[in-house]
Amino acid sequence: MARRPPRWLRLAGWLCLPLMATGGMPVALAADERYAALPGGEFASVLPADGKAAPAQVAPFHLRTTPVTNAEFLAFVTAHPQWQRGRVAGVLADAGYLSHWVGPTALGAAALPQQPVTRVSWFAAQAYCETEGARLPTWYEWEYAAAADATRSDARADPAWRERVLRWYGRPSNTALPAVGGEANVYGVRDLNGLVWEWVDDFNALLVGVDSRDQDGADKLRFCGAGAISMQEKENYATLMRVAMLSALKAANTTNNLGFRCAKPL
Amino acid sequence: MKKLLLAGAALLLLVMAGVSARPALPGDSVYQLPVELSNQDGQVQSMAARRGRPQLVTMFYTSCTMVCPMIVETVEKTRRTLDAPAQQRFDILAVSFDPQRDDTAALRKYAATRKLDLQRWTLAHTTPTATRQLAALLGIQYRQLPDGEFNHSSELILLDADGRIVARTDVIGRLDPAFVAALHRQVAAEPPPGKP
Repeated sequence: MARRPPRWLRLAGWLCLPLMATGGMPVALAADERYAALPGGEFASVLPADGKAAPAQVAPFHLRTTPVTNAEFLAFVTAHPQWQRGRVAGVLADAGYLSHWVGPTALGAAALPQQPVTRVSWFAAQAYCETEGARLPTWYEWEYAAAADATRSDARADPAWRERVLRWYGRPSNTALPAVGGEANVYGVRDLNGLVWEWVDDFNALLVGVDSRDQDGADKLRFCGAGAISMQEKENYATLMRVAMLSALKAANTTNNLGFRCAKPL
Repeated sequence: MKKLLLAGAALLLLVMAGVSARPALPGDSVYQLPVELSNQDGQVQSMAARRGRPQLVTMFYTSCTMVCPMIVETVEKTRRTLDAPAQQRFDILAVSFDPQRDDTAALRKYAATRKLDLQRWTLAHTTPTATRQLAALLGIQYRQLPDGEFNHSSELILLDADGRIVARTDVIGRLDPAFVAALHRQVAAEPPPGKP
């Protein structure tokens, strides 16, 4: 019969168990409950990858299950004062930045803790995601995740799905935002459609060259490369509207209904 | 006595001004964004280190065969509208869209092929994240295609000595008179090199 380890070691073993469960694994494998894993794959985006018809290739990734909330963003600006309203440089966030908060480090009645944070610039959103060891999702990642509903990974061909998504866009923008935590889609990701507009990492890359067909010879030179990007899935108005809105933004802009979530590689 | 005190205070202020660092960076300066640039010689420098002189900034990539050579040509044309001493009073910075392929060697080769005067020109790359940030800050759009090429807008951007965007043009292949005039104004505002 094997000798039992001394009592102090058995005790230490018990104490170590919970530590080993997380600390013993590589950090990348440690589950972050705020994120869901998405398998990725070939995806028919409204923006063909080659500007003509090629599908997008989406690598497996993690996506935050909900948009970042006011409470979470408050914790961020408290820990990183350079991102507080009134301190941030004008080139990184415009005058509307967090202007619905009652103070630089206080939410107030117009910004409830569980509402998605809005009035944040792309630079601020990016800086926040870095603190979660993450980045902003690419457009393809976002669009791919948002194509799913509760039972299907791609619900876009369903007229009822389109109708539901479109309905949100008709909602007046001055009504108070609901809290995060809507219905989960098939990946466990929530609020992609129907809560806020969301920043993506490549917001300034979506429509490069789209107008070059209509321009005269001299102006064609403004764009280098394969030329115009054509939009696909033209019946998917809601997604096309998102592309148009994101493309119209500058990185320092903030709006009433524009928030964000973060993504990480798998 | 009062006069003496005032003079003393004024003197103190002068001394303090001399000792303290230069004035705070304006909020609308692109140097507010921390970006580390690695140049054609592999030297790494913060973009904000370029503060103090006007900069003509553009973005490009070395394997681009269509518009990018014309961007370089347009910058050179614009530069040559100035007389020789005035050409010394600003710097030219071209940052790559393609940090993966445009390493130090690729940038150096490009500078050699295009016979760029490296006293005036800096070709640089940075991280993919900083590339996207810098483009966003400068209002330049780009998108990588599946074949590795890029679609991108082509712009020349003029920064004043504090890094504020004072002029921009998307006219490529010929001179933009408004942009040339803005460059002449910036350079005129600069003291000649070598003088305190």
